[in-house]
Amino acid sequence: MLKVLDSAVPVACWSCAVAHNDATLFCPHCSKIQPPPGGDYFSVFGLVPHLDLDLSELEHEFHRLSRKLHPDRFARAADNEKQWSLADTALLNDAYRTLREPIHRTEYLLKLHGAAIGEEHSGKDRKDPSRVPADLLEEVFELNMQLEEMRAARKMGETDAELQASLEQAKRKFDGLMDEVDHDLRAQWKAWDEGDAGARAAAQKAMVALLDRRRYLNNLVRDVTETLGA
Amino acid sequence: MAEGRVVGIDLGTTNSLVAYMQGEAPVVIPGVDGSNLVPSVVALDPMPAGGGRPTVTVGNSARKSLIETPERVIYSVKRLMGRGLQEVQSELKLFPFRLADDVEVGEVPRIQLGELRFTPSEISAYILRQLKRNAERFFSEPVTQAVITVPAYFNDAQRQATKDAGRMAGLEVLRLVNEPTAAALAYGLDRAKVGTIAVYDLGGGTFDISILKLRDGIFEVQSTNGDTHLGGDDIDNLLLAIALDEIHAEHGVDLRKHPSAVQGLRKDAIDAKIRLSTEAVARFDIELPNGDRYQREIPREVFEQLIEPVLERTAGPCKQALADAGLTPEQIDEVVLVGGSTRIPAVRKLVDDLFHLAARGKKPHIELNPDEVVALGAAVQADILAGSSKSTEEMLLLDVTPLSLGIEALGGTVARIIQRNSTIPASATEHFTTGVDGQTNVAIHVVQGERELAADCRSLARFDLKGIPPMSAGLPRIEVRFLIDADGILKVSAREQRSGKAARIEVKPTYGLTDEQVESMILDSFDHAEDDFAKRLLIEARNEAETILSAVERAPQSPAWQQLRGEEQGAITAARDRLAQIKQGEDAAAIRDATLALDQATRRFAELMMDAAVTTAIRGKTMENAGEEMGDAVTAPHPMAQAEFK
Repeated sequence: MLKVLDSAVPVACWSCAVAHNDATLFCPHCSKIQPPPGGDYFSVFGLVPHLDLDLSELEHEFHRLSRKLHPDRFARAADNEKQWSLADTALLNDAYRTLREPIHRTEYLLKLHGAAIGEEHSGKDRKDPSRVPADLLEEVFELNMQLEEMRAARKMGETDAELQASLEQAKRKFDGLMDEVDHDLRAQWKAWDEGDAGARAAAQKAMVALLDRRRYLNNLVRDVTETLGA
Repeated sequence: MAEGRVVGIDLGTTNSLVAYMQGEAPVVIPGVDGSNLVPSVVALDPMPAGGGRPTVTVGNSARKSLIETPERVIYSVKRLMGRGLQEVQSELKLFPFRLADDVEVGEVPRIQLGELRFTPSEISAYILRQLKRNAERFFSEPVTQAVITVPAYFNDAQRQATKDAGRMAGLEVLRLVNEPTAAALAYGLDRAKVGTIAVYDLGGGTFDISILKLRDGIFEVQSTNGDTHLGGDDIDNLLLAIALDEIHAEHGVDLRKHPSAVQGLRKDAIDAKIRLSTEAVARFDIELPNGDRYQREIPREVFEQLIEPVLERTAGPCKQALADAGLTPEQIDEVVLVGGSTRIPAVRKLVDDLFHLAARGKKPHIELNPDEVVALGAAVQADILAGSSKSTEEMLLLDVTPLSLGIEALGGTVARIIQRNSTIPASATEHFTTGVDGQTNVAIHVVQGERELAADCRSLARFDLKGIPPMSAGLPRIEVRFLIDADGILKVSAREQRSGKAARIEVKPTYGLTDEQVESMILDSFDHAEDDFAKRLLIEARNEAETILSAVERAPQSPAWQQLRGEEQGAITAARDRLAQIKQGEDAAAIRDATLALDQATRRFAELMMDAAVTTAIRGKTMENAGEEMGDAVTAPHPMAQAEFK
């Protein structure tokens, strides 16, 4: 199977032998389904990589392609077409799942451009003080103490209304900070989508930092929610 | 090969059905007895005197054996599909499953029926073969392709076991469809084009909740959740346990030691449950072996208190499904009720509370028969797959995987690679390397579930990647592609990237049969011979005629015969003579019609006999005694009134 990132590379259709570009799911000449194309998730939808997507358009295209590609349409087809329908639909679903979700989409695009993102980069140990965003250092320290206290109280079967209220307040605060991060991310989307190479590089760096911060906040909120709900 | 019909099959815990698309509407195909429901009961007839394999009977005709020869009958086998020995142990306390005792942990459990043993897939294959035959009888042509429904929350092993059963029954399973999604399809044919619907499916043994978005013929599942061990059976067991305990405490009789008496009592419990859906009170009135009577009233309030914990277990999955779909109850436009257990008023009340229906002036959808709706939806999906029909060409089902897929990582934690509720087919690619110089194989443990530790998840399979070229540790780069197909079943492929060599994968399913094992369990081969199909139909029709004729022959010796009115006796005799004559001919359809006519004529007689059999069993008489008292006529083909389980 040809795996090329350059979607301009022509390949011959398995059925009619007419050459077409390899990013196509169907042969433009004979309309037969093709093996999974090279290229990224954006190209599956015929898009150039960008971040500010029209979600309803994306959904519409997802449905249109699903109707044509889905294994249900190939239940009685030849084995090779069945295989490709399965592989192509898996690719379509994976692409849609990634692109429709703003954070996943951003992470995916940044990874395409060589950024290191994810748990392995940000570090799994949230207690590691060097991972804590500097402006949150004090609050996180305080919060972790309260979480410990809360868990200890729970174990003893006690309830501490004051502590509960304080944790709930902390959760609201961190939720608010997450919203700010999301807002800032969107601003960077525009910068990336519309900017030149220099602006893109700057936006990319800013987004990597924002995603790190977001992941950190997300883990905190999850900890608090779990402890409150336990 | 000519493209035959594709049928839709609901392989249920309690009942199974087969349906097809008749023009623009799905229709259930009745069995030879005229009933749409084939009870999911399989019985082994007595060993033939001359040796050889005993006949296997399915459905209503197998049901009578529940009381006569419980050790040769199995029901609710769906609870065992795709499950390991240890998981099955908990079921044994409440169901009279007899497992072969020499099966080792890691092997597929075998069920002992009389002198033979069967895997759960084989038992299901007998049910599927019966449905296949019903469809072939109906169309007078071979049926080889089917869509089979499974609970949405079935895991990989349970799905594979179902697919294996299809293959054993001589059916190419074109697709496994999730039951709630099938129900949505059945309703979707003539409903509004846009909206968000929830399908609440409480069947005999499983519970599913699915949330779907409908748009221009596309049924896109947003989330699904459930419990593969929660259903009407659990409610029956609660009532049964009360009766058994009270009988033991008040009358000093331990009926648990008498399997046939327990079966009789279970039937009473089911009757009581069904009555309580429409009446305020149900009664047990049972004669015990020591001559005492066990009498007990069960008011509906008491029943509802009793079953509340069972019903409450459906609330959690519903809330989780809503959360996963990112929806509030108010955002659900319609709720569809599926499964016989949704007839219980307390269930409807719970659903109403969960989705705030009454408060919004809405009612759940119950227009389609909850016992049939899944099969009807399967027929719609079958029609979509056949791809030849105008009425379904715009429809497409996009389903999800119910459970996350993960790999066991260092320290026994799970690294998730495909999240639950991902639209299927879905895939993930992972890279592995070696830890020791010259290492040529890598083991990967794949699990399914939402827990943090692999030990708490469901083990799917261990993959052994072999044939890695010997290199320094950490140098090989093995790309493994995990793909969940449209049936929700995992497929794996691997490649060593530096050498470009496809790594050989040895898959050892944690639970499940190998390909060779499935092959060896394919039911008798004559089902595949399409050439002599007409001949087979004739032979089958004659066999059916033979069975009912020999039962009717002995009928006058039965006490139940005397309870019939003169004209009833006359009608039976006339139908009998007609069948005996037509049977000599070559017209399979005419023989079947005459058989059906005789069956109809004997229905009341069969009911009378069944009542007698139940009473006898409860009294704790031995089978030999019962046989003498009733004559051998208890082998009538449809001894239990079919309406009872409706």
